[in-house]
Amino acid sequence: MITKRIIPCLDVRNGRVVKGVNFEGVSDVSSPVELGKYYSDSGADELVFYDITASFEGRRLFTDILREVASQIFIPLTVGGGINSVDDFDRVLKCGADKVSVNSGAIKRPELIREAATRYGDQCVVLSVDVKRVGDEFRVFAKGGREDTGMEAIGWIKRGVSLGAGEIVVNSIDTDGVKHGFDLPLLERVLDAVRVPVIASGGAGGIGDFVDLFKTLPEIDAGLAASIFHFGEVTIPDLKRTLKENGINVRL
Amino acid sequence: MIAIIDYGVGNLFSLASSLSSLGFDAVVTGDPAVIRKADRLILPGVGAFGDAADKLRETGLDGLIRDEVKKGKELLGICLGMQLLFEKSSEYGTHRGLGLLKGEVVPLEGMIDPKLKIPHIGWNALSYVKPDCRLFRAIREGDFVYFVHSFHAVGCGDSLAATAEYGIPVTAVVAKDNVFGCQFHPEKSGKVGLAILSAFAGGVAK
Repeated sequence: MITKRIIPCLDVRNGRVVKGVNFEGVSDVSSPVELGKYYSDSGADELVFYDITASFEGRRLFTDILREVASQIFIPLTVGGGINSVDDFDRVLKCGADKVSVNSGAIKRPELIREAATRYGDQCVVLSVDVKRVGDEFRVFAKGGREDTGMEAIGWIKRGVSLGAGEIVVNSIDTDGVKHGFDLPLLERVLDAVRVPVIASGGAGGIGDFVDLFKTLPEIDAGLAASIFHFGEVTIPDLKRTLKENGINVRL
Repeated sequence: MIAIIDYGVGNLFSLASSLSSLGFDAVVTGDPAVIRKADRLILPGVGAFGDAADKLRETGLDGLIRDEVKKGKELLGICLGMQLLFEKSSEYGTHRGLGLLKGEVVPLEGMIDPKLKIPHIGWNALSYVKPDCRLFRAIREGDFVYFVHSFHAVGCGDSLAATAEYGIPVTAVVAKDNVFGCQFHPEKSGKVGLAILSAFAGGVAK
């Protein structure tokens, strides 16, 4: 059977990985290629590279780096950040990305999902959604979680899937950075609403949080995290071994 | 030299990179002269079967590939490229494939537990049907490879070399004489995938 995926996310600004500590055997942790290789060798099932550059120059640098990453790392690569048009899809896919994640660009213009899915297939389009509780509703936030769109999250996710999104990354703003575990109630609502793969993001503070995630919600496909991997709090081999010991199917 | 056949579908960057990282001389090409000169051929592909089959026909590459295979040249189809090796597919209508292998391509939908997600995306383990298949030379049964697909081949007869469990045994590897196919993406399957590519390409001058 298919395994649960563990996905480190690397934020890249001006061609460098934003956060991270030194790992043994990695000479430059802010090099996307070096850090990506380290994760791939330690058993990451997929990598996400998130471009947080705003400038045109920085964007060009990002695609250069992506090409270098894809010529040396042979696991699936997802790219996000600044994806607003089919041309943006084209730009990163040509450099070796396998999937492209859209967020604010799809909120601004939902048809982007349909256009990209028609051209590159549903499996290529990942809808990433930043969600925060407002009153008793799950609300979609844009611009890296700074702006309340007023849209209800479950409805938006369903719409995204009907437009052709092949995978959903659910990032809970409420649990992100708190490190008390993934947002299980939110994720459960998403799993009930759609049948495409759902990736949990935001809130992982330790190995136990991943065990809870996959034990409580066996239909979750993957767990994504950034800082706990970058700061060495959790290593992927330890995480996967523990998951396996808990009866969760992982690739070792 | 290995020719990665470029017929206008899919992104061939990773496939070419993975072969060069292994030290093989790989060329992405749609040029019949280069394809004739190549020691081995790889037929990649993503997207819809019908479009891809049409493109192969429009470019005349279908006949060329069949001729080269008939002459004994080894061919590896990957993902949709593997599905194209078969006689036909029922993806959005009925389409004819290259007919190099017996069998047809059908949707997973309706064949697997409705609770399982489609496409079949992720890492899944190989179960051998033909343990002595050359592609398995440097890997072990149970090793994981990366799949992304919604259709798979059935009725493959004696070409079936490995399956992956996804509600049913999904056709993962086929091999018969000089024709090979992987439903998964070896160029995205880490070390195991590279070992499979290397086993196929082995013998070609580095």
